[in-house]
Amino acid sequence: MTSTELAVVEARGITKRFGPTVALDNAGICIRAGETHALVGRNGAGKSTLVSILTGLQRPDLGEVLFAGEPAPPLADRDAWRSRVACVYQRSTIIPALTVAENLFINRQTEGRLINWRGLRARAQAVLDQYGVAIDAGSQAGDLSIEQRQLVEIARALSFGARFIILDEPTAQLDGPAISRLFDRMRALREQGVTMMFISHHLEEVYEVCQTVTVFRDARHVVTSPVPQLPHDALVTAMTGEATASYEARVRKVPAKAPVVLAVSGLGLADRFREVDLKVRAGEIVGLAGSGSSGKVGLAESLVGLRRPDTGTITVNGVTPRPGDVPSALKAGLGFVPQDRHHQGFVPLLSIAENATIPIAHKLGRFGTISSARRRTTAAGMIERLDIKTTGPDQPVGDLSGGNAQKVVLARALADDPSALVVINPTAGVDIKAKRALLGSVEDAAARGAGAILVSDELDDLRICDRVLVMFHGRVTKELPRGWTDGELVAAMEGID
Amino acid sequence: MPDTRALARPGGGLRLGRFRDLTLVPVIVVLLIAGSFVDPVFLTGGNLTNVLQQQSALALVVLAEALILIAGKFDLSLESTVGMAPAVSVMLVIPVSAGGFGLGVPGALAIPLCLLIGAAIGAFNGFLILRFQLSAFVVTLAMLIVVHGLQLGLTGGKSLFELPESFTYLGGASWFGLPAAVWITGILFAAGIAALGYFRAGRSLYAIGGNADAARAAGIRVERVVWVVFIVGGTLAALAGVLETGRLGGISANQGVGWIFMVFAAAVIGGVSMDGGKGTILGALTGVLVIGLVENILTLKGVPGEWKQLVYGGIILIALMISRLAGGRAQD
Repeated sequence: MTSTELAVVEARGITKRFGPTVALDNAGICIRAGETHALVGRNGAGKSTLVSILTGLQRPDLGEVLFAGEPAPPLADRDAWRSRVACVYQRSTIIPALTVAENLFINRQTEGRLINWRGLRARAQAVLDQYGVAIDAGSQAGDLSIEQRQLVEIARALSFGARFIILDEPTAQLDGPAISRLFDRMRALREQGVTMMFISHHLEEVYEVCQTVTVFRDARHVVTSPVPQLPHDALVTAMTGEATASYEARVRKVPAKAPVVLAVSGLGLADRFREVDLKVRAGEIVGLAGSGSSGKVGLAESLVGLRRPDTGTITVNGVTPRPGDVPSALKAGLGFVPQDRHHQGFVPLLSIAENATIPIAHKLGRFGTISSARRRTTAAGMIERLDIKTTGPDQPVGDLSGGNAQKVVLARALADDPSALVVINPTAGVDIKAKRALLGSVEDAAARGAGAILVSDELDDLRICDRVLVMFHGRVTKELPRGWTDGELVAAMEGID
Repeated sequence: MPDTRALARPGGGLRLGRFRDLTLVPVIVVLLIAGSFVDPVFLTGGNLTNVLQQQSALALVVLAEALILIAGKFDLSLESTVGMAPAVSVMLVIPVSAGGFGLGVPGALAIPLCLLIGAAIGAFNGFLILRFQLSAFVVTLAMLIVVHGLQLGLTGGKSLFELPESFTYLGGASWFGLPAAVWITGILFAAGIAALGYFRAGRSLYAIGGNADAARAAGIRVERVVWVVFIVGGTLAALAGVLETGRLGGISANQGVGWIFMVFAAAVIGGVSMDGGKGTILGALTGVLVIGLVENILTLKGVPGEWKQLVYGGIILIALMISRLAGGRAQD
């Protein structure tokens, strides 16, 4: 940490406890004017707590926060905080039922008494134009895409006059092209002199947009370093506390005569995808890549019966499940990990054992009963195989960290030993260790003879695939065998050939 | 970014938003036409004024419930307040012989006391929900029983007929050719529309109901606002009780009982979301009008009382479907 004079924000000796848990233990950060400063760490490292302390939503038990060398304003003075620090939180704070204009000026719609809606809209449009956000201020916020909502949040954050903005995992829900647009915007903001703190699980992003990186581990500050001086491996080591190489995909050979476990021909669904043909053999992992509008998720969801395709057939193990019917697809021997685990993946209040054994409940007892002893034993096996960090099979899934909850979802997908596996964005929002475990489990399943389709926005995930199909505007446009380069794949995803 | 371009139609969103308030207007038009065929009396000024007066008390409770629903909460106990607040405030005033406590409180204080009781019930609901972090549904369900139980216990289940004149005045008087109750309700609805449309405090209800965390991050004092909304809701319900008492000339042990279903029906067909953050006061008002017109038509048609409930429920379902089709959005 260098001279304090230049620090836009500095947190010193911050300690914060929540009951018995220590969220931050004498941790600190110092962010200098004009830099884009990355804050990285595994889930539970204390990043989110630091964000709420730096934005004045929580008071540290010990330690102090300084803005440009001055002590932070009192917690109740929200306006003073917002003129010093802006934040785009991980969870959207856009209210869908209101217009974009009102979202931008929420709780400050007016200086005087009556709200002048026309004037408010004009002011909002001016803010949007100022930050180059091409959205109509009069539209309903609920109609915006995730990317657009985020742009509105950034514009709103900056409209308070703060020159320091915290971006808490802004890329977690964006697809590749949207992320690069976000980065262009961040670079432009930096040129205008805006200081940023950037939080992400994707280390390559740190190398792309940040100048300085701070690593937190187990509630403590580990290291702060200029980005070029901290190579990838050293950064991972700082995060995990152990020397580890990046995930190595295993070498695998799919015999040409291996049976086809999942076949699709002429599949199409309205304006999502058309004329898709593909075959997955036993023991093979096929990647599905493409931008957010490529139709890859729609295709995967059709395979598992979450959507009903308009044309074409799906064959699982030689059986044709009823289109658009999940139970029938499961019965045919399919397992799947849905895109949004919070939404479709698990029931947060139910235990790990219950969540993970839903598809095999009929095997755990007779006449519709479920033997809880057998369920616990089964779940205990799963916890061990997938290395789920938990107090035991009875812990509710809602209490687990993101990575461990995702392992439960994968355990559920694997519960019935499926011969075909469809996995959508398995590593979204999970830390590096959990990522490895998840990808490893998919590879284990392939080694046991399952065929898998892996849909992912992350190039790294796709490295475990034997081949990657690239979708563009609803069609499969390219097939890349193992050994592709990032450039090749991205070019194909963007439709540049 | 194809979707950006799609959204760049200037004004499209706003115009659509305005229409969404008025999806029940076609239903009201249909009811007016249907009513004129049922009975020539229907479309006369006298009959329509009568509809408005009969609905004014219910409308105030709908206004209260709409405010609470928009802020993302729930209040079932309003219907019990409609009966209990007037009953208890009147009992404080009237002599023992008329069924009161015989405390000799001046009659002029009856209405202020009634509103105060309503406010207190709202404040207590808010206290339980916000301080104890209890579910609004369960708290107000219990309060519905408690408040009504208190009325039954204190009155011994009897009706009160000897009321102070000041208390019945509002429900029966006529100002400038319209019943005072209609004026009061109209003015309060206008105030509600203005507050939720053009004032920061009113808009904060939408923010709270839409996403309480976001509202908090924007500097809105969520708990305080919700508490005030509960207090306003209770006060409005007590005022509804005053109007209803004046209209009927007495307070029966069952005043307000069963209203809450109609209140929710009116609010929801008027476009107020049960999940909070959506709907307008104007929409809620159209919901009340639909309910009032249906009731009036059924009465004019001479539908036997035993069948009224069925027809009533059916028509509410049809109104819901029509407003859904006209609004084009899934109802929550």
